[in-house]
Order: sequence, then structure tokens, then C-alpha cells
Amino acid sequence: MNNEISMALAGNPNAGKTTLFNYLTGARQHVGNYPGITVDHKVGYMQHGGAKLSITDLPGTYSLTAYSMEEIVARDHLTEEKPQAVINIVDASNLQRNLYLTCQLLELGVPMVIALNMIDVAEDRGMTVQAEKLQELLGVPVVGIIARSGKGVDELMKVALEVAAEPTPQPMAKISYGEDLDATLQQMMAVISDKSFLTSTTPPLFTAIKYLEDDEQILAKGRQADATVAAELEETAAQLSRHTQQTLDVYPESILADQRYGFIKSLLREGVISHRYESDRLYTSDKIDMILTNRLLGPVIMLAVLFGVYQFTFSWSEVPVIWLENVFGWLGTIIDSALDDGLLKSMLISGVIDGVGGVLGFVPLIMFMFFSIAILEDTGYLARVAYMMDRLFRIFGLHGSSVMPFIVSGGIAGGCAVPGVMATRTLRSPKERMATLLTVPFMNCGAKLPVLALLIGAFFSEDKARYMFIFTLISWVVALLAARLFRATVLKGTSTPFVMELPPYRLPTLRGLLIHTWERTWQYIKKAGTVILGISILLWALMTFPGLPEQKAASFEAERVQLQTASTENATENLNALERRQKEEELRYSLAGRFGTFLEPVTSLAGFDWKTNIALVGGFAAKEVIVSTLGTAYSMGDIDVEEAEPLGKKLKEDKNWNKNVAIAALLFIMFYAPCFVTVVCIARESSWKWASFSIIFNTVFAFVLAVTVFQVGSALS
Amino acid sequence: MKSISMRQMKKGQSGTIASIKATGELGRRLREMGLVPGTTIKIQGRAPLRDPVAVRIMDSVLTLRNNEADHIDIFLNE
Repeated sequence: MNNEISMALAGNPNAGKTTLFNYLTGARQHVGNYPGITVDHKVGYMQHGGAKLSITDLPGTYSLTAYSMEEIVARDHLTEEKPQAVINIVDASNLQRNLYLTCQLLELGVPMVIALNMIDVAEDRGMTVQAEKLQELLGVPVVGIIARSGKGVDELMKVALEVAAEPTPQPMAKISYGEDLDATLQQMMAVISDKSFLTSTTPPLFTAIKYLEDDEQILAKGRQADATVAAELEETAAQLSRHTQQTLDVYPESILADQRYGFIKSLLREGVISHRYESDRLYTSDKIDMILTNRLLGPVIMLAVLFGVYQFTFSWSEVPVIWLENVFGWLGTIIDSALDDGLLKSMLISGVIDGVGGVLGFVPLIMFMFFSIAILEDTGYLARVAYMMDRLFRIFGLHGSSVMPFIVSGGIAGGCAVPGVMATRTLRSPKERMATLLTVPFMNCGAKLPVLALLIGAFFSEDKARYMFIFTLISWVVALLAARLFRATVLKGTSTPFVMELPPYRLPTLRGLLIHTWERTWQYIKKAGTVILGISILLWALMTFPGLPEQKAASFEAERVQLQTASTENATENLNALERRQKEEELRYSLAGRFGTFLEPVTSLAGFDWKTNIALVGGFAAKEVIVSTLGTAYSMGDIDVEEAEPLGKKLKEDKNWNKNVAIAALLFIMFYAPCFVTVVCIARESSWKWASFSIIFNTVFAFVLAVTVFQVGSALS
Repeated sequence: MKSISMRQMKKGQSGTIASIKATGELGRRLREMGLVPGTTIKIQGRAPLRDPVAVRIMDSVLTLRNNEADHIDIFLNE
């Protein structure tokens, strides 16, 4: 004995399923469905009453059709894994729609208990839900809970365990679908039971209903299992379909939906709900929306909120960023004094610490950004943003829900394209999803920001904030136009239905916010620990080997000896200058340097010299390394990403750099190939074909743009 | 009773759904969200760019694009 008892949580998005899951298992989870949830279901573990439980949090769905990944994942888990108990979370303040999924679960015949959540919200709205009455009418246990506080959850789990222990599922309410359908269903169910058709996974009623609904997945499974029976069932369904079209001008699918809702309405009329107020009454959420989605105030407030996030992220994260940077600097000095000069030390300092430290130094900024986004999401405000932006985004062939991936990728104030790309999973239409996927790398992610800061600080120092803002706008314009282009050419197709629930405004739980924030931040950090570490070391190697040829090394050494023996006042300064010159020469001789020089004939069209080339090539792997590589290339020794000013000064004074070069470089960096990790993500979410397209298209486009800007700018000045 | 398309309804107006003329994925989405004949709806408002429309239905608010609302016919309440 002592097996784990398996359970599953099913319910609508926004019904509090994930809040309950977090409460039960303390595991990490997103709190809302809109948007950003991955489709993989999550599992957590807990103990209750001496029993060990494994709980799967199924994706939030409104139904169990075969038309979205979420529904298929949920459905497959229920039919194949066969959890011993299913906890169906139902939002008491939104009962009618929530019970639609319940109906489908009843059709599926799973052993279940209904968790009637948010009874406090219902009470506030003047609705009293009679749990016992609902239980009586549905034939399924109903327990009232408030997932946020944990009220009633003990009772819920006790009942769930009882349900799991029950050897045979209890008799549940049967829904009538009208004479015609009921008769046909009986007929089909007889055939299905008789031939044990698909009965190992789904009960006859469910299978029959899915045939009437023309369900793709069941149809395919059916044909595979037994082609003859499948054909017979399909014909029966087709006959009924012709009949209903003739007599009622509708498909059986519509009738099924209508009847389910009819059943639900009749339940509620039988005393399950009593309303104290008029049903027309405006709830608090509605009143808030009157302002927040107002024609004039709505957009204004939205811009203010986005700007506020911008401010919050940048100013508040400053202190932790500086602190972290000090930690890394300290680490560097320790290594410096502990090890002798040589390759290992050089690799550790220039390769590991500079590379990885640069990335980790940004974690506070990224974390604050994701925290702000989590607040916007969990309160429900982000849904309003999608609602207000949809019309605009549609012009570019995108969807209101594309807003989230853009913002997460760095639309407001830095971010990361890795969680941004994953956030596109909520877009159901493949075309819009690909268009969003391919254009989010254009956003100014946390890795591009230091480069922007460096170059803008050096060449446009008179108005840094304004130029930062302008370049952020440019990234949006380019992203949207690119999306339009893709949707008109390589990604032509119809748009997804926008039918979306506007969830009531909710006060997020701190735990939910932190979990939400941490998950995305962790993705960013993981990247640092793996890819960037590897890349930094590789780049260090490419920039170190091979060393200077014998004669050059000898001549530098001779010069050094000369300076050391001469005791002029500027001895130390001259020695340092010599050191830097030597480093620059070493760089020129390294593999990276030679490659950069090799590219020069082409890149000079955009104003880039060999040193810039090295940095940009490094950026193919990870954009974070651009600044540090530039630093090394311009012989600054170890350049500190945060204090890029001296590098900025050096660039400004360099004869190969001017405003035109700076703008060309900025544009190129903003738009060329996504960093390696993002490319891998894109490949995973779609295919390597698209990932390659992303690399090639972005780089070519960015280069053409940089060349144009540089040539035009130079001609004009 | 004559029915009008949901797109033509003004803010604050309410009515019962007469029929849904959408098929395929759109039809499915509309139906599973509760937009079935006989259900009461009320126009809560429209987005700043007049599209999508926010509809109060069954104790919650749904948002629909105008070209989706086109498929829904409503019997207006007087």
C-alpha cells in the first residue's frame, strides 16, 4: 500500500485554481491564465490525513474541446492518467460559465468534488450560493472554500480523499440534450459499449458526444482503434447533423452547448443561487473599468502606468545593481591577489567574472521589471491593456494578447526575450503567434540596455533620457512593422477569435507575485549560468589566442624594460599606456581580431571597424558581452559594465567613431540576430527553420538599416 | 420581434441573444463562453478605439471584436 494518491485540479482560468494549488503544495505557479502560462501541467506534492498526494494543476480551460493545446492537455491527462480524484474549482461569483466545464467533466464521468471558490466575493456581490443544493442536484460533493485564505480547504481535501477512496464513481446528474440528440446518443452509446470502442480511456457518453461535436482528436483515435465502428458512428453523427440543419438550421454542436447552458440555468433557478441585488448592478470592477478603459482617460492612464513601471524598474533597482557589481569587483580582486598572473587568472577574471558578472549584475533590474509585470497581470490590469490595444495591434496582424510578450521581452524598460517567447503560448492562432515570436527579439531587452546607455551616454549626453525613450519607441515601431510585413507575406492567415473574459480586479497575493516574478527571473539567471558562462570563456579564448608573434612581443618587452629603468615622472602612466597598447595589439592578432579585420570591408559600409566587429560577433551569442568586448577591444583592460563612462569617452575620442557610427551601431545592435538562448527558445516553440529565419532576416535587416543610416547621415553632415 | 446585430447596440443597451451565426472555431469559442440563444447580455462599453466591445453576460464581462459581434443577433429589451 502506501501509494501516492493522484489528484488533478481543473477549472476555468481566473477561478483561483492556481491560488489553491499554491496553497496546497507551496509549489511555484503562475496565478493567472491571462497570459503567460505554459501549457505543460504542473505537479505538486502534499500530505493530508496521513496520505501522500500528488496534485496536477491542469491548464485553465473553459471547455474540453480538441481545439486548443490547453484543452487537449487537460483532457488527455484526465483520460490517460486517470487521477483518482478531480477537484473542479468553480468561481462562485461567476457560477454559470464555470459550470460549463463541470458539465463536460460530468460527461467524462471522472470522480470529482467541486470546490466552490470565492464565496466571499459572491457574498459581496449579493449572491448566496447554496452548496448543499448544488450538491444534491449534481450528485457530486460540493465544498465551499476561499483559496486565498485557505478557508474550507481542509474539508475539501478530506472530501477529495473520500472520493478517491470510492471504488466506483458515484451516480452523477445526467444532462438531457433534447429528444433528437438524446435518442442518437443512446443509439451510439449502445454500439460503443457493445464493441468496447475506446472504452479504456473514455466512457461511452463522452465518446458519443464528441462524435456529435465532430471532435478531431476522438475522430482520429476512433479511426485508428476500429475503422468500421468509427465509420458507423461518423455516419450516424452526419445523419443527425443533416437533420438538425434542415429542421433547426443549426449543427448538433450548437445544440449541445445550448442544452448544457440550459441545464445550468435550470440548476440555478432551483434555488442554488439567490440574488440580493438587481442583476444589472455594477460591481466594483465595472466601476473601476469605467475610468480605466474610458475613451480619454484609459489610454492616458495606461501610458502613465507603463511610464511608472519604467521609472520604478530603473530607479529602484539601481542600489541592488551597484551592490552586486561591488560583489563581483571584490571577487575579481580576490582572484587577482590569490592567483599568479597567467592564463587561468586571465580566463577567470576576463572570461568568467566579467562575462557572467555582467549578466548577473542585471538581475535586480530584470527582477523589478518582472515584479511590475506580475502586479499588472495578477490584478487583472493587463487584460485591460490587451483590450485597449487590440484594435491597434490588429492593424499589424497581431492580437491584443501580443502585448504581454512584447512587454516581457523589454517593451517598457528592459526584460528578456526568453520568457517573452514563452509567453506567446497563450496566442492560439499559429500565425499571430509566430509573428509575435519573431518580433519580440526587437525589443530592448536587459542585455541591450547597457549598450544603449553606453553609446547614448557618449554621443548624446545632452539629453540621455529623451534619446533612450526615442530608441525604445523605434524598437516598437520596427517590431510592429516587421509583424505587419510577416503577416502579409510569410505568415498570411486569419486572426484568432478575441473572445476574452475580462476578469474582475483582484488584489494579488504576495506569494503569488513572488512566485510569478521568480520564475521568469530564474529563466534569465539560468541563461547566465550556462550559455553566457560558456560563451564568455569561448570569447576570452578567441580574444587571447594566438598571442603576439615573437618579434612584437620582444619589442614590447624591450620598451617596458626601458620605461622601467628610466625614472621619469610619468613612468607609471607610460607603463600603463604601454600595457594597453600591447593588449590592443594582442587582440588584433587573436582569432577574434583577425575575424573582425576580415569583416571590415563589408562592415565599414556601416561605419564599423574591426574592434566593433568583434563585439558584435560576440553579441550573436549573448548581447551582454558586447560592452565588455568593446572594452577589451578598445584596450581598456577589464571594463566595468556599470561604469562604462570611461569607455564611452574613449569611443567619443576615437577617430573611427562619431554620432553617425553610434546611431548605426545602436540600430544594428537593437535589431540583429537574437542571442543564442533566444534562438534556441524560438526553435523549441516553433522549429529550427523559423529560428534560422530569425537569425538571417534580423541580421540582414539590421545591417541594411545601419548602412542606410550611416551613409545618409555621413552624406548629410 | 426583430433582432439586430450586436455590433449596432449602444452602450447600456441590453437584450437576449436570438441566434449565433458563427461556425468553426469562432462559433465554438462564443458558445463555450456562454453566448447561446436565450442568454441576457448588456453592452458594458467599448474600447477607446471603439473596438472591441465589452459585454456583460452571466455575472462577468466578455470582450469581443466588432467583427465577431457581427455574428450575434440580439432581441433588444425595450
